Amino acid sequence: MSRPRVYKTQAIVIRQMPLGEADRIVTFLTPAAGKVRAVARGVRRPKSKLAGHLELLTRVRVSIAEGRTLDHLSEAVALDSHRPIREDLERLAAAMYLAELADVFCVEESPANAAFNLLTQSLERLETAGTAEPLLRHFELRLLSDSGFQPELFSCVGCREELLPGDHLLSCVDGGVFCPNCRAGATESLLPLSLGAMKVLRFLQRESVDKAMLLNVPSATWNDVERVLRTYVRHVAERELRTADFMALVSSGRP
Amino acid sequence: MTFDRRLGGGPVAKLIEEFHKLPGIGPKTAQRLAYHMIRTQSEDAQALADAILSVKERIVFCRECFNIAESELCAVCNDPRRDATRLCIVEEPLDVQALERTNTYRGLYHVLHGVISPMNGVGPDDLKIKPLLGRVHANGIREVILATNPNVEGEATSMYIHGLLEPLGVKLTRPARGLPVGSDLEYADEVTLGRAIEGRQEF
Repeated sequence: MSRPRVYKTQAIVIRQMPLGEADRIVTFLTPAAGKVRAVARGVRRPKSKLAGHLELLTRVRVSIAEGRTLDHLSEAVALDSHRPIREDLERLAAAMYLAELADVFCVEESPANAAFNLLTQSLERLETAGTAEPLLRHFELRLLSDSGFQPELFSCVGCREELLPGDHLLSCVDGGVFCPNCRAGATESLLPLSLGAMKVLRFLQRESVDKAMLLNVPSATWNDVERVLRTYVRHVAERELRTADFMALVSSGRP
Repeated sequence: MTFDRRLGGGPVAKLIEEFHKLPGIGPKTAQRLAYHMIRTQSEDAQALADAILSVKERIVFCRECFNIAESELCAVCNDPRRDATRLCIVEEPLDVQALERTNTYRGLYHVLHGVISPMNGVGPDDLKIKPLLGRVHANGIREVILATNPNVEGEATSMYIHGLLEPLGVKLTRPARGLPVGSDLEYADEVTLGRAIEGRQEF
């Protein structure tokens, strides 16, 4: 009987669920292997040495043994626990949102180098970010792009002509913006996209998270961008993101 | 997994299936348990059945603190010797039992029945948080100990509740971090847990 293949990789813990009496199923995002789910045996016991290394959002170095049904974790060493995020409720809620997005958009057995680097960078920036808004919007848009769902923001999805400056309408189903001439051909209801919001989206699509965080933009424009991306993400994900609800609850003050 | 009717007919297969549904019971254990029931005395089988039904009929959740109880109020809430100005918030009824075993804590409890874990679909509304606010507001509580598990979701839950209770002016504390991070309260030994409760700090 052949031995299971064991491989080492960097990973970020994006989800955890209890299994049985003392185990957990841990979902990791890894560069080469993409999303990986593995059983961590005995981590819910007090004497477990691995437990602290496998906390949500931690970047770790792990050894994983491939199994017939589920993979098993054999070693884990935490590289970055992001303590400043864990000790601040708003940062934590935002980080959980990033993790859920990664869980939704990344797939098992499909490399996720870009998504891994994006999540790593975003979590690092989130530790000290003044406002999370630019970071979150940048993350959403980049993850959509990396997963093959980049919205087309430069040419009309109907006639392929270059889009001229102005207020526009975005279609989730058609994956981009319709010019005024082609709107009648849109298959479903369209999202209003102001000029300011379009410019921000184009910027976020090509610039780094650091540049995104330096953007100086009126809050009304960020609201537009947020509304558009929330709808677009919801459409692509085909489900509600519970972490988004929690994030809204936490930043709204108190119920 | 289908259970073979040749292994003893309908009732055996059905029993194996029922045992298999229980947490931590795999197919082999379910089979062993079922065959044990075949060999055991009728009175023992009846006693087991009665005990199971009795738990479902008689055990309820305490209307004050949501701990396991046999009547409206659990043994803790019903005890006049307890310090009613202190409330210890925990995730599950088993955490109450663990803390009671330390013989250190003399206040009351509040059981959340879970922890905030939005990625797993559990938000604040899915826990017993609103009733907690009602209790703290109305009952002259002076100290609230936030004893959720020391892992990310437990800390998120503590921070969230901390934010809700802070305006009420009550003293908010948390067990000392002598506990291994990422562990479950329920499995900690009595000495560690007892010391952790004694060494609680301003939160």
